[in-house]
Amino acid sequence: MTTEALPNTDPSAESAALQQARENNRAALDVTVDKTVGQPFVENPKISTRHVHVFYGDKPAIKDISLDIGRNQVLAMIGPSGCGKSTFLRCLNRMNDTIPTCRVEGDFRLDGEDIYAPGQDPVLLRSRVGMVFQKPNPFPKSIYDNVAYGVRLHGLAKNRAELDEIVEKSLRRAGLFDEVKDDLHKPGTGLSGGQQQRLCIARTIAIDPEVILMDEPTSALDPIATALIEELMIELSENYTIAIVTHSMQQAARVSNRTAYFHMGKLVEVNDTDRIFTTPQHPLTENYITGRFG
Amino acid sequence: MKNHQEKIRNSLKKRHARERRFRLYGLLSVSVSILFLLLLLTDIVSKGLPAFTETRIKLDITLDPQQLGLGDHPDRDALFHANYSRLITETLKKMFPDAKTRKQRRDLKQLVSKSAAYDLRDAVLANPSLLGTTQSFWFLAKDDVDQYMKGRIDRTLPESQRRLKDYQLAWIDRLLAENRLEKRFNKTFFTASDSREPEQAGIRGAFVGSVLTLLVTLALSFPIGVLAAIYLEEFAPQNNRWVDLIEVNINNLAAVPSIVFGLLGLAVFIGFFGVPRSAPLAGGLVLTLMTLPTIIITSRAVIKAVPQSIREAALALGASKTQVAFGHVLPLALPGILTGTIIGMAQALGETAPLLLIGMVAFVADVPHGIFDPSTALPVQIFLWADSPERAFVERTSAAIIVLLTFLIAMNGLAVFMRKKYEKKW
Ligand SMILES: Nc1ncnc2c1ncn2[C@@H]1O[C@H](COP(=O)(O)OP(=O)(O)OP(=O)(O)O)[C@@H](O)[C@H]1O
Ligand SMILES: [Mg+2]
Repeated sequence: MTTEALPNTDPSAESAALQQARENNRAALDVTVDKTVGQPFVENPKISTRHVHVFYGDKPAIKDISLDIGRNQVLAMIGPSGCGKSTFLRCLNRMNDTIPTCRVEGDFRLDGEDIYAPGQDPVLLRSRVGMVFQKPNPFPKSIYDNVAYGVRLHGLAKNRAELDEIVEKSLRRAGLFDEVKDDLHKPGTGLSGGQQQRLCIARTIAIDPEVILMDEPTSALDPIATALIEELMIELSENYTIAIVTHSMQQAARVSNRTAYFHMGKLVEVNDTDRIFTTPQHPLTENYITGRFG
Repeated sequence: MKNHQEKIRNSLKKRHARERRFRLYGLLSVSVSILFLLLLLTDIVSKGLPAFTETRIKLDITLDPQQLGLGDHPDRDALFHANYSRLITETLKKMFPDAKTRKQRRDLKQLVSKSAAYDLRDAVLANPSLLGTTQSFWFLAKDDVDQYMKGRIDRTLPESQRRLKDYQLAWIDRLLAENRLEKRFNKTFFTASDSREPEQAGIRGAFVGSVLTLLVTLALSFPIGVLAAIYLEEFAPQNNRWVDLIEVNINNLAAVPSIVFGLLGLAVFIGFFGVPRSAPLAGGLVLTLMTLPTIIITSRAVIKAVPQSIREAALALGASKTQVAFGHVLPLALPGILTGTIIGMAQALGETAPLLLIGMVAFVADVPHGIFDPSTALPVQIFLWADSPERAFVERTSAAIIVLLTFLIAMNGLAVFMRKKYEKKW
């Protein structure tokens, strides 16, 4: 059936290509990742991490990663499924604290301050490091209340007028205001997927965090909504530091300043995005971005 | 390929047949359960409906102050203590001079309920100027007369096998001929408490007792149950041996026979803490023990069903665990929690055994005024009446069951309504 559906493909040629790919993969897997290649460190980083290990129970998910995120830059994290991108990202605002089996080791600094220090309050940290999730997760409240939630929570608005202003500004920056300005009191869950994701971004930037973490923010969206959010990310990077996990190489290439390639819990290569996509240094990275692996 | 399609087609026939068969089974079982339900309901309703009417007898009473043993200017106290029942007896004797023997005269008195004297007293107390005049009163008839009026006494039976003798039937016939007997809506059943006399017995006391008991149960089990569920789901360490132990114990508690809770309540609440016996407070405490596991288990299930993404969204914005639990999880879980609570309350409403043990089975002729007063509850009242020999209590038993079922249906209806109204989609 499959061969009939693709009449132009010569079956023998295809199997040869497949075999070649498999061999490449096997060769790639044999390459051990001892040390991250490229430039994991930058001058005056916003976030710096050293020797990070993460375990779920006894199972290691992240093995000895050291990585900096530059100030007002976008860092893209790419890599095959299950390689630990989300796990690493969630360490940066201590969301992993909520998973009982998860154990985090290593040194994490935000502006040089140890965020896992005993006196550090994860609640305060999360108001400085916001997060947007893969699946849009608006509260089952009105659009207005969704955006106003964090502002009210932290008492950032002195009065109703100021709150209105913050809500409007955040929705505008997320490129959603014009679409919803007449429906601010309708439920946020009634919006389309792309609108919901922009609502979640508006909600995150409403409390004016310093860093925004995004875990595959456009994986559930159509190309138009994706383009809108990518534009938004580029715009936001003027004021914020952004770390984004993505499966789309094009997206990484379009929005990020630097790109990090993860593989089986290890950080294989980090470099300026153009260099990663033009001249990858590690064979694993090359395999992945040329589409032969992952 | 063709072969495959044929095979699929053949198997399809079998699968459709199986589906039809299964649907038939389903329909059958639903019909059987509906049949049983209908049987139960028709039995109860047909037995209980007559209890909602009562028979009244019209007597013309001359309120002769002399016969009442009153002076010229009687004070309230004298009016209160005057012998009204003799006046009624005399009136009856005058109406039916054929009652000669002592037995017949005693039976003559048995035409009207003992409550007639109190009704008469209350009328005179309310309006003393009635003294010296002749008035018509509709008195409550005795239960035997009532049963006859409802066709429950067969006059074709030999005299020795009936509750009413021939001469009594003759009196009733005369009263009927003079339009002095009437069936009316039975208000007494809803305004009176329990009584030894069936025609004076009502469910007010038991109803109020049940409501008070349930209020105590609700006030205790709802907050405790919900807080326990929230703690176990949102705050307690996962995979912790103690938490597992608690969970196992809660599940076990839900399966403990209610009579055991009754014994526990008797020993602990009444014996040790000195809670008054037979009081709604004691009943409520015992029923709290029973409903807590139900509320905790259902609440935990509902809380678990709140999507993790909502918690993460709030946490990522800098909400604390408590703010997430009470600001997001609880509101989303509340409709389900309320449903579970109401179902638990409905169970508590129908519970009898533990209440028997803590003394709510005592004969209580007063409506309880608070949670410390002695009281009964609806199911216990049903149990008590079902145990009484008088025929009139049979129909009252069924009538009380109807009231209890109505109460239950109202509560369950409320549960469905709340779920529909507050259910949120995400
Ligand atoms: N809550 C958890 N409990 C146990 N193991 C987990 C948990 N979350 C992730 N893991 C494991 O940790 C490893 C890394 O998972 P992670 O979610 O970080 O991968 P990822 O790179 O984000 O993958 P994807 O691209 O599919 O999102 C996986 O092997 C996964 O099975
Ligand atoms: Mg992920």
